[in-house]
Amino acid sequence: MSEVPSTTVARDDLFGLAAEFTTTPGIYHAAEKTRAAGYTWFDCNVPFPVHGLDRAMGVKMTILPVFVFFGGLTGLILACILQVFTNSLQIDLWALVPVVGYQFEVSGKPLIGPAAFVPVAFEMTVLFSALTAVFGTFFLNKLPMFYHPVLKCPQLARATDDRFYLVIEAKDPKFSLAEVEAFLHTLEPESVIALEK
Amino acid sequence: MTTLPLKDNTGENPSQRAQLILNHTSFGSVTDDILKGNECPKPPRSWYIALAISFSMMSMLGVMIGYLIFTGVGVWGNNNPVAWGYPIVNFVFWVGIGHAGTLISAILFLFRQKWRTAINRFAEAMTIFAVICAGTFPGIHIGRAWLAYWLFPIPNQMDMWPQFRSPLLWDVFAVGTYFTVSLLFWYLGMIPDLATMRDRANSKVKAIAYGIASLGWRGSMRHWHRYERAYLLLAALATPLVLSVHSVVSFDFAVSQLPGWHTTIFPPYFVAGAIFSGFAMVMTLAIPARELWGLKNFITTRHLENMCKVVLLTGSMVGYAYSMEFFIAWYSGEIYESFTFINRAFGPYGWAYWIMVSCNVITPQIFWFKKARTNIVIIFIASLLVNVGMWFERFVIVVTSLANDFLPSSWGMYEPTYVDVLTFLGSFGLFMTFFLLFIRYLPVLAIAELKAIMPEADPHGHGHSYNEMEGETDASAKEMEEGE
Repeated sequence: MSEVPSTTVARDDLFGLAAEFTTTPGIYHAAEKTRAAGYTWFDCNVPFPVHGLDRAMGVKMTILPVFVFFGGLTGLILACILQVFTNSLQIDLWALVPVVGYQFEVSGKPLIGPAAFVPVAFEMTVLFSALTAVFGTFFLNKLPMFYHPVLKCPQLARATDDRFYLVIEAKDPKFSLAEVEAFLHTLEPESVIALEK
Repeated sequence: MTTLPLKDNTGENPSQRAQLILNHTSFGSVTDDILKGNECPKPPRSWYIALAISFSMMSMLGVMIGYLIFTGVGVWGNNNPVAWGYPIVNFVFWVGIGHAGTLISAILFLFRQKWRTAINRFAEAMTIFAVICAGTFPGIHIGRAWLAYWLFPIPNQMDMWPQFRSPLLWDVFAVGTYFTVSLLFWYLGMIPDLATMRDRANSKVKAIAYGIASLGWRGSMRHWHRYERAYLLLAALATPLVLSVHSVVSFDFAVSQLPGWHTTIFPPYFVAGAIFSGFAMVMTLAIPARELWGLKNFITTRHLENMCKVVLLTGSMVGYAYSMEFFIAWYSGEIYESFTFINRAFGPYGWAYWIMVSCNVITPQIFWFKKARTNIVIIFIASLLVNVGMWFERFVIVVTSLANDFLPSSWGMYEPTYVDVLTFLGSFGLFMTFFLLFIRYLPVLAIAELKAIMPEADPHGHGHSYNEMEGETDASAKEMEEGE
């Protein structure tokens, strides 16, 4: 049931070609071969993370953990500053403006009590790390992105259900319609679909 | 699909992994089966009835809070020695319920417990709704509810800041962080499934709503790569968080000097109790939900059995903590401490203490028997009893210690008013309304994650999920086919 992509979409409007697979070994081996054939601008659209597919595609380890580390560090430092500032600060800005925190004596306890500051410092570290992890993922994945050729094509709607698609984009330096089409057919897909920009 | 006989997957054969998804061998049928409760034009009548009851109870909560704010805290039974009363009992109860969700999604994820995927989504939803209920109570307990923002460090013209050396403020941060992180975890996990619902939507409104909620997720493997990393990081962050939250709640008690509260056992004991009550609530909700929504192929008897084991373990830990408290009270030689515990068991609130012991310590012991762990009726009744027992545990801790402390001249009995009781019941309405709306409009199970644990998901065709030894793949595949 493979279509002839070259007749369906004009060359200028072509985003890329998609090959459809029904099994995980199918998409896995297809990704390996696509990478080996030297394509770089390709992606797999799959309903769930297929184990090891990212490595087969040659996806580099994400920088996200580094972001999260610095997010957590920011939370920790902010929490320490917040607690010390609000509970014990006493400085004179430019020797004129007194800046005083809310100094509240409780049973003669020190205003800066490191032990008492631990729970809030811990919670703020976790909070900032988690926010960085989630919004960092969105940022690196360029989400939200409400328009995308893959989303536009109704034939690819099953990428979130039970089908696996390998898309080679037209901006790949090695892209040539006839060659890529022939190459995708060698991967034994269910069908090959042309994607409009 | 549900008409097929359900295979018994509770057998203990160490050479073979238990099957976690029954009667499904294709990814498409998993999607159809999970989403049929969301996609059917009309939910079952029982859903409407449950929603009507829950919504009425939620409205009652609103009325009671309104009455409280307009009249003052005098409408409650709180009095001078027992200033905490019902609101704080309910707060601790609901926060405890909220612990199972993140435990299942984070700790069981790190331990690679694959059975968690069937229950994590709605346990997380339950966590969020429970924390909303929990947050309501301190908010109205402060007396002047319109000044609740004083809990947060917001710069103000009075030059006044919260007191960071107080455990009550630690609580604000702990519960606030817990709520935010649980919400993020829940939402992040839901994005791929919302995209599935978007692509299957049969109306424009649904397509747009799910489309916006799923942020344009298109299942790109490059996205999945970062997504999986983020999920792992969140799990690693939420694990210490979930342990810290109820520890911090227990500091509210342990950092004070009241007999019966001022003990070092409180943090671990509270955390165990929280997990105990949370799992009981997951079972209380899962059993009707799997009947009503036809999810028995995913939340199998084995899942319930595993949860029973967790309840047995944590229930025994709680029982150990009860007896250890008594032992230490005697061993310390402190007359106030000893008196408090004897007073708890045999004093005016002895009835509450014995309800607590029989529900929390004795009831879960039935789960030593496999027959009980696989019998839905017994599980359901036991989980309800555990919920009751855990509420009474908080009642016993809060009320007995405050009512009878050091000087008999400052003692005072506590009795809740009808406003207390109706507010508490109303919080169940709030909880259930959210939950019922959730199971109708959001993906109730983690669809993408469930597909990933199917043996068909393995790109190398070994079927590791169900079978460790590669040589036996064919045999087990044949057996699975027979099971269909």
